[in-house]
Amino acid sequence: MSDIKTLTVNGKVVEFTDEPNLLEVIRKAGFSVPTFCYRPDLTQFGACRMCVVEIDGRGIQSSCTMPPEPGLVVHTNTARTRRIRKTVLELLLANHDRECTTCEKSGNCELQQYAEEYGIKDVSKYVQKKKEDYLPIDDTNPSIVRDPNKCILCGACVRACSEFQGHAVLGFANRGSNTVVQPMAGKHLANVDCVFCGQCQAVCPTGALTIKSEVNNVWSLVTNPEKKVVAQIAPSVRVALGEMFGLEPGENSISKIDTALREIGFDLVFDTNFSADLTIMEEAYEFVQRLKAGENLPLFTSCCPAWVRYLETQHPDMLNHLSSCKSPQGMLSPVLKELVPKYFDGYTKENMVVVSIMPCTAKKVEAKRYQLFGETDVVMTTQELGKMIKSAGIDFNSLEPSKPDSPFGEYSGAGTIFGASGGVAEAAVRTAYEFVTGEELKDVDIKGMRGVDKNSRTKDVELDIKGTKVKVRVVSTLKEAEKSIQEIKKGTADFQMLEVMACPGGCINGGGQPRSCDDSKIKEKRAAGLYKEDRELPVRRSHENSEIKKLYAEFLQAPGSHKAHELLHTTYADMFANSYRDLVKK
Amino acid sequence: MTQTLINIDKEREKANEHIKAQGLRVLVCAGTGCVANGSLEVIERFKKLGANVGTLTHHDKMTVVPTGCHGFCEKGVLVVIPDLDVTYVKVKPDDVEEIVESHIKEGKPVERLLYVDPKTQKHIAKNEEIGFYAKQTRTSLANCGHINAESLEEAVAVGGYAALHKVLEQNDPDAVIKEIEDSGLRGRGGGGFPTGRKWRFTAANKGGKSYVVCNGDEGDPGAFMDRSVMEGDPHKLLEGMAIAGFAIGADEAYIYVRAEYPLAIKRLRRAIADAEAAGYLGKNIMGSDFNFTIHIKEGAGAFVCGEETALIASIEGERGMPRPKPPFPANKGLFGRPTLINNVETLANVPVIISKGAKWFSSFGTEKSKGTKTFALTGEVNNTGLIEVPMGTTLREIVFDIGGGIRNGKKFKAVQIGGPSGGCLTEEHLDLPMDYDNLIAAGAMVGSGGLVVMNEDTCIVEVARFFMNFTQHESCGKCVPCREGTKNMLKILEKIVKGKGEMKDLDTLEELAHAVKDGSLCGLGKTAPNPVLSTLKYFRDEYIAHIKDKRCPAGVCSAMKTITIQEDLCKGCSKCARNCPVGAIEGELRSPFKINQEKCIKCGACLNACPFKAIKQS
Repeated sequence: MSDIKTLTVNGKVVEFTDEPNLLEVIRKAGFSVPTFCYRPDLTQFGACRMCVVEIDGRGIQSSCTMPPEPGLVVHTNTARTRRIRKTVLELLLANHDRECTTCEKSGNCELQQYAEEYGIKDVSKYVQKKKEDYLPIDDTNPSIVRDPNKCILCGACVRACSEFQGHAVLGFANRGSNTVVQPMAGKHLANVDCVFCGQCQAVCPTGALTIKSEVNNVWSLVTNPEKKVVAQIAPSVRVALGEMFGLEPGENSISKIDTALREIGFDLVFDTNFSADLTIMEEAYEFVQRLKAGENLPLFTSCCPAWVRYLETQHPDMLNHLSSCKSPQGMLSPVLKELVPKYFDGYTKENMVVVSIMPCTAKKVEAKRYQLFGETDVVMTTQELGKMIKSAGIDFNSLEPSKPDSPFGEYSGAGTIFGASGGVAEAAVRTAYEFVTGEELKDVDIKGMRGVDKNSRTKDVELDIKGTKVKVRVVSTLKEAEKSIQEIKKGTADFQMLEVMACPGGCINGGGQPRSCDDSKIKEKRAAGLYKEDRELPVRRSHENSEIKKLYAEFLQAPGSHKAHELLHTTYADMFANSYRDLVKK
Repeated sequence: MTQTLINIDKEREKANEHIKAQGLRVLVCAGTGCVANGSLEVIERFKKLGANVGTLTHHDKMTVVPTGCHGFCEKGVLVVIPDLDVTYVKVKPDDVEEIVESHIKEGKPVERLLYVDPKTQKHIAKNEEIGFYAKQTRTSLANCGHINAESLEEAVAVGGYAALHKVLEQNDPDAVIKEIEDSGLRGRGGGGFPTGRKWRFTAANKGGKSYVVCNGDEGDPGAFMDRSVMEGDPHKLLEGMAIAGFAIGADEAYIYVRAEYPLAIKRLRRAIADAEAAGYLGKNIMGSDFNFTIHIKEGAGAFVCGEETALIASIEGERGMPRPKPPFPANKGLFGRPTLINNVETLANVPVIISKGAKWFSSFGTEKSKGTKTFALTGEVNNTGLIEVPMGTTLREIVFDIGGGIRNGKKFKAVQIGGPSGGCLTEEHLDLPMDYDNLIAAGAMVGSGGLVVMNEDTCIVEVARFFMNFTQHESCGKCVPCREGTKNMLKILEKIVKGKGEMKDLDTLEELAHAVKDGSLCGLGKTAPNPVLSTLKYFRDEYIAHIKDKRCPAGVCSAMKTITIQEDLCKGCSKCARNCPVGAIEGELRSPFKINQEKCIKCGACLNACPFKAIKQS
């Protein structure tokens, strides 16, 4: 435990210990200072100059970059600091596409919020951004829209891309007032090595990076009597969506979400947790086979589409490691199209539309892969569903709970923890143990695989499967994944399974989730919500899910069977040489 | 300590013997300026003619020595023959034969190639009697122009590496830092931070890897003192860096040089290779257990990389964007390690401080600004060039004694000091002793030492616009006040010089200037408004004249000129109309012509063309 020290903020004495910067201490003292570029999980940048404070004897300092020191006397609201912030806001607004009403970020935009808080009414004395100088909008991919005319150059996306994904798809270009953030050489995101994780968009304070919305499309589908619209909801959506309606992060609202979807007009509501269990059946089987044969180890999990795309573009020579299992989204859609007509009247392959609700922007790209094309019809993010619920005029908090439709709605605790980094591996071990030994794994809590904070991005767990030692590595962010890949290439890797989630902490912190970039604790709370549900569910092992058992008994026969391969497994393509033909094709 | 060091005195004696054997030394400047004026050809001619120089000079041979910059670039190519006590100016290749035949062989100086004093019109042969040199005290530039910049031997002959030898012999890093502290040396790159204190901060983090970085990203318009040191006396810089490395416990260093300085880079590379071969750099320097390796990193042309944290980012391979301080480089610098960053001139002062002592050094200058400072003197003075004077020298001495006064008898108006980060000084500051603190108090700064002299024909608003244009283009674009603020300040200034300014623009301009100064992330932004603020302070009436009267008092801003033909003087010859590039002048032969003001672009072609002086500009 570090020593407790004190400093003064606006006359109030605050204790601090190991806070990384003064801004955190100021927040701890109960004051807020505005900021665009400070994101606690990213390196401090000090560019926007909104968090400036006046410190006795030190003058003006940006509080996000200032280390807290004992005895500092800090003022957050002096004439000087307010003048700087006001000027910054005015200058940014003058150079901004101020068509707020039609902006995807409207109501959720920090620039808009601070402009209101600081009473900015008139910026006409500054050089105005002219329509003819607008840079083109990049919406050529299914996932992210980049509008440079709304960029305030806070650099959060640039840092997210390089610090989370080690990838630097976005970077600064040009100088002075011509500075822009753009992909390499001004190309479209679709034509560079972007994996569409959406973390850039998740940290963007304005409408410069937004999710390509399917809201209008889904509205037209659910209001079309010809269409049978069925939904599947990913594990991590249930512990985050409620935040858009004032619930605490981590509070599980799945039963309300199911009701909301039905009220919006979805015909059937299923749960991706079900197909997470299905994934475990196939993947655990595949893992055991590979272990026995000693081939293609370590096995890489394939649930995360950003990770799959990363391997396809950066390390196509390692695609043999990747599990051939589709992701849970990818498995459920063809199962629904194949089997829903058998169980529900009036449904045909042709009139059914599968809409998946995902925490993820990369899932939108996954659904457009030529190997999976036509299975999942529309991918919506948590944020988009939240907006839909609001626009439907539904009072989310007073909704009656309901259950998903059955079959394909039941799930185990193993399925639900897919949403947090380490969950897939933990779920797989719970089942693989029984596949190998024929005995039940007694303690299903594998704590070493859990943890979603900054310091838990690589976790190694050694397991003893009746005398056989198996090492599993859990990784979140592609930057960390790259280190493991280099270990494998060097021959120093000693693990047999590698779980990778591209977003820091896994899907609970996915690019499609409600905004969480200014508080690193949010993702921990969401993860805790998933582990809580896991604890409370009667079934905690995928292979004990009764609907899964029924599916195999009546249709799929056994994991790894011919039928299972037809529906649940996929192939990958080397995209290193032949880039992105699937994406640039309109 | 069991180390046995080499004997540097012996090395120096050997080097001096070698120089004596060169016979009559003809020093020809081979700095960038003189090379552009043809000095390489001059050197070739001397080499061709130098076989037999006769008896007069008591030398049986002559050696032509290409040197670094003498500073008096305006008069290049400069040829100095110390044994004959003569400096020739503006030497052309065709003059070489006359110098050799007449002066070297027969003892008759070539009068027409001597410097002519602008006041007395006298021809002056002796270097130290030329006004430009007479008032200078050269320490960091001491050897520039006197030695062959590409010869380690010549550097050693004039005392090179003796200071490094001295510190290695004493083997007390703390004493070295103490000496620098006592000398009162302050950073010559602009900030004026006490150098010794910087060294001590960095040394406090001794233990792991640390670095010395030399900032040679000289970018202020018109400043070239660092280039001159790197080109003219590279070994002094290397020696200063090695001493710094010894003091702070670093074994590796980088020199960050702009890629636009190819000659400096070439000479530094050569100097590093020579010094390593001689054991003055590299492993076990001079037989001690001190190791020191120096790398060269070429910049890619961004002005902001002169800011130390941007420079570090650039060496690391990142985009040259400044990082907030703290953490300071002394704690967390290059590759996250403690790093000492000093600029070229600062480090070039180190060997002489060690050799001659802190006391000697601090005998120059003022109470808080010790030693000498180089200035790049340019603009409307008679003698332009690179000068070095004790701190505290007045502007009057620099402009009127060293600079020889204002060209063409015009009136002094102001100087812009410290480049785009500096400010304007006016007539009232002529007797101000120039040092760090006085200049800051006057709203300017020493900066890197660019000194642009302006006469009455200079429009001060245009000067402010020029510098704002520079900083806006060189802003890295990271922080909002600098990126957007300077853009808006520039637009306002452009409006004013175009005659479209309004009085309320001045308020916005001032408001922005303060916000940019207060709110910017790095030194570039924090100082970018200085030219505007200081000109607004001293020449507000000129701004107002542009705005209210739509008049440029200096007659520079073309948008505000009107050119008219005086009917009574015009003979109707049509010469003006024929010379007008835009066809703005019309009329009938032998009757007065007229200028169509809407078409006129105020180029002044008609003014020069009129044989009757009938065209007036107002």
